[in-house]
Amino acid sequence: MSWPSTLSLLARQIRYQMLVFWRTPVALFFTLALPLFILLLMSALFGDTTVTVNGSEWPARQFFTGGLAAFTAVSATYTNLANVVPIRREEGILKRWRSTPLPTPIYIGGFVGSALVLAFLGAVLMIGVGVVFYDLQVEAAKMPGAILMFVVGVSAFAALGMAVAGMVPTASSAAAVANATILPLAFISNVFIVSGDDAPGWMTTVGNLFPLRPFVLSIQDSFNPFVEAPAIDWARIGFVALWGLVGLALAVKFFSWEPHPSGTTTRRRRRSGD
Amino acid sequence: MSAIRISGLRKTYGDNVAVDDLSFEVAEGEVYGLLGHNGAGKSTTIEIMEGHRERTGGEVSVLGLDPADGGRELRDRIGIVLQTSGTDVELTVRETIELYGSAYRRRRTVDEVVDLVGLEEKVDARVASLSGGQKRRLDLGLGIVGYPELLFLDEPTTGFDPAARRRSWEMIQGLCSLGTTVVLTTHYLDEAEQLADRVGVMARGKMVAEGTPAELMSASPTTTISFELPHEVDPDALLVPATATYEQSGGATTCLIETTEPTRVLAEVMGAASSRGYELTGISVRRPSLEDVFLGLAGERPEGEEASA
Repeated sequence: MSWPSTLSLLARQIRYQMLVFWRTPVALFFTLALPLFILLLMSALFGDTTVTVNGSEWPARQFFTGGLAAFTAVSATYTNLANVVPIRREEGILKRWRSTPLPTPIYIGGFVGSALVLAFLGAVLMIGVGVVFYDLQVEAAKMPGAILMFVVGVSAFAALGMAVAGMVPTASSAAAVANATILPLAFISNVFIVSGDDAPGWMTTVGNLFPLRPFVLSIQDSFNPFVEAPAIDWARIGFVALWGLVGLALAVKFFSWEPHPSGTTTRRRRRSGD
Repeated sequence: MSAIRISGLRKTYGDNVAVDDLSFEVAEGEVYGLLGHNGAGKSTTIEIMEGHRERTGGEVSVLGLDPADGGRELRDRIGIVLQTSGTDVELTVRETIELYGSAYRRRRTVDEVVDLVGLEEKVDARVASLSGGQKRRLDLGLGIVGYPELLFLDEPTTGFDPAARRRSWEMIQGLCSLGTTVVLTTHYLDEAEQLADRVGVMARGKMVAEGTPAELMSASPTTTISFELPHEVDPDALLVPATATYEQSGGATTCLIETTEPTRVLAEVMGAASSRGYELTGISVRRPSLEDVFLGLAGERPEGEEASA
């Protein structure tokens, strides 16, 4: 008997992780519903106003949609993986999979693949809502650049999410670390508010040290009427990719099948073992 | 042909020696029980055989492969029911069995698995809705979905009520009759007696005795004779040996005599009682149980541990 094909195994793992995600209301809410709600709220409040970025005025909806699409993609990868993987680890699900002949890269591939699919769906949803309800302008000539940055960005954030999942010992603290890193960064990375010309300089400086701001800015540029096509900024792409490689190295180094012995936080079917 | 061959196995965690120069073999088709208190090294040993732990030293061969680098090939041929492991509670029983089955080269159908472990009525229920015992049966089902040649059961019925344990035993016996080699750890002696062809008793990382349950019991030659001592009767008058012990309960005194010559002792005591006109009540003659043997070999339970057998 031959082994099942790698592709069919990977497809099944991605489907499995997607299915679990769809059946977990809280994950669905925070990853997709919440950013969508913020988009609707922002558009209702500021939709007809303009924002000033680097001296040029543009409609607020062009600004919010790109930023929130990027943020959704980060939620679906970084935040999602840092939440889900440690929970599965504490529930003993990872250890059980390790007992089966499924190759490790395919199992991890299921997590990461489903996160990437989710990021893509989330971004398409945001932009779709923007186009249909808020008259968002999409310039075809800028899309290849946007897609390139998107693919590099979600891969990097998935790697960073796996790194947090491996380095933080318990599920509750991993979720806290993910939120405590991404939410403050979002505020200095142009996601919810513009930190343009009148923002304090340190904010921009700090924002530029992390991968979120360059990622968000690149996606926003793809919808910024004042940026010429193709709107590809190689320096930003390279910077985000570098963060991704660091995340990948840490994720590989610290990945663990079993919970850290010093403590677990979620329900774990622990019985009187030795 | 041996399914498992272990010689000189050693595992240390820092200064703590978990497994110390352990050697044993398990034949194909055999059900082998590893017995011991918590902390005796059973689970460490089984996890080394499964490939979940690296050993510090010694030789280990499982189905002809070294579990340290047996990888996918080995995991395809063995089934593992871990002591602590979960499944995604958002999936149904059917989805779970299909999913885990998909990793193996040969796999049982969902119907076959639920039939073997008795989850037919729950096949389309979410795992979240299963009781503890049903989840444990699903664990067992996932252990056998890939037609394992060798099945590891790490404390398969710990935490079960007696009725659920009986049902699980029947199920495991059913699996054994399919010709699968089984290695199980347990600290329940009746479980080992019920399921295992051969038993190895571990204490402090070492094997202290090995054999069939019957062999282990006959290795301890003492028989216990007990009866209720009539009121105000001197045990000497009944020719009770001086080594006898007495237990008081509810105003009655029970006399316990451990002996290697039950026929002679019994004849003397009964003869003395009947010649003096005493009627003895509650007479019993008991061969040692596996538990008596086990307690003798494994020593007292570690401090602070509740009686579990």
